[in-house]
Amino acid sequence: MARNARELIVPLAVLAAIVLVWEASVHAFSIPVYLLPAPSVIWRDCVAIAGNIAGHTWATLVTIMLGFVASIVVSLPVAVLLTSSASVANAVYPILVLTQSIPKVALAPILVVMLGANELPRVVITFLVAFFPLVISVATGFLSVPPELLELGRSYKASRLRELYRIRLPYAVPFIFSGLKVAITLCVVGAIVAEFVNADRGLGYLIVTSTAFFKVPVAFGAVILLSVIGIVLFQAIVVIERIFFPWSSSVEATPA
Amino acid sequence: MIELHNVSRSFRSRDGDEILALEDVSLAIGRNEFVTLVGPSGCGKSTLLRIVAGLILPTGGVAAIDGEAIRAPRDETGMVFQSPTLLPWASVLDNVLFPLRMMGRMARDSAERARELIRLVGLEGFEQKSPRELSGGMQQRVAICRALIHEPQVLLMDEPFGALDALTREEMTLELLRIWETRPKTIVFVTHSIPEAVLLADRVVVMSARPGRIAEIIDVPLERPRSFDSEGQPEFQRRTHRIRELIFGSRLKRAA
Repeated sequence: MARNARELIVPLAVLAAIVLVWEASVHAFSIPVYLLPAPSVIWRDCVAIAGNIAGHTWATLVTIMLGFVASIVVSLPVAVLLTSSASVANAVYPILVLTQSIPKVALAPILVVMLGANELPRVVITFLVAFFPLVISVATGFLSVPPELLELGRSYKASRLRELYRIRLPYAVPFIFSGLKVAITLCVVGAIVAEFVNADRGLGYLIVTSTAFFKVPVAFGAVILLSVIGIVLFQAIVVIERIFFPWSSSVEATPA
Repeated sequence: MIELHNVSRSFRSRDGDEILALEDVSLAIGRNEFVTLVGPSGCGKSTLLRIVAGLILPTGGVAAIDGEAIRAPRDETGMVFQSPTLLPWASVLDNVLFPLRMMGRMARDSAERARELIRLVGLEGFEQKSPRELSGGMQQRVAICRALIHEPQVLLMDEPFGALDALTREEMTLELLRIWETRPKTIVFVTHSIPEAVLLADRVVVMSARPGRIAEIIDVPLERPRSFDSEGQPEFQRRTHRIRELIFGSRLKRAA
């Protein structure tokens, strides 16, 4: 318990020190607000339009979550397909790698033209950014099952489906979760990039518009909020893993 | 019960060469007989075991159980591997029940039978523990329960105690003899340990390598129940000496 408290207190103290130094140096060197606003100014300006910012935060959260869910829904079957047989893998894998070599950010404006100026292109971009790493980690999980365990399954005449959900899928859980942790952080990036390109709401939109009007403290506030979102979502996945798959968090998911 | 007629098995190596793992192996194993396979690595003992298990097919000859050719894994065989390969997410009880779930053969009394087996191997009270809370020897006991849960007639063991420390290994050897005496089965047991092979077996099948063949079959008419005291008997000594001669003989002569 004391150790847990120390694990929390030390980083918080460091963070507080950084904020203090930041505040003090802005005043000491009289740095102009448009270069580096003091934390107190960021706080004041953001609180002044709190309701507005809450709306933007919500919009970004929705985009992140939709893209994240889409990447999970698509990557699980794709990973199953990739690991089901060598010939399927040979057919699908090169295409996957090819699509991955396209910078998703560069696709964003094109997707807006194709899909219209609405939520859809933002979700698609978020999905595209997170999808590939997730597929790779899930597929790695499916392939890391010890061959004896598969042999055991075969010796009980298990069908492919049973083998998948009784052996491969549970075995891949630690890998799936390490993929999810990477994916959720990428989703935050994807959503913001998409909002830069096309949006009328969201924290990405807020950053673009507020910097255009030199409201730099608000842009800083949006960036801080984004990192808080990233941390909270990441920790949520950690907690979900710990609660529902307690054996998983103790297994180190390193690709063999 | 198990009959092998001129069984051969070849594999294609990665560079395309044909490797003969087993050549012309003929062997008949009676009901409830305990047979051990010993030989240097690469003599095809594990291949032979997997052919009996129905996991691989012979490329020549016929392997049969009760007069029926083995073409696929059969209900009457159970298998134990060198590593326990327990499911890390499942409790001891669920690990033991795993084969029944894979075969879709769960019945009302299945859990009770699993508990009985767990009691038989001396793990009472550990039913709800997770595999990682158990020592290597305990995990292997669970693997033995798992192989017995569907009441197979034939138990195939591929160096089951090979990964255990020497003391645990001796303990497990006696344990296995006890289990076999309370629940008679046909056991085919692959090992690297010559004393272990003699202590356990009714007959020891000594194999030679490249290609894998039967060098000699040695009867062990020692009285049962056996213990490590049996090792002191001249009968025992003569047999281990003979097996050493068969395995190392040619090499020793050359050295002399």
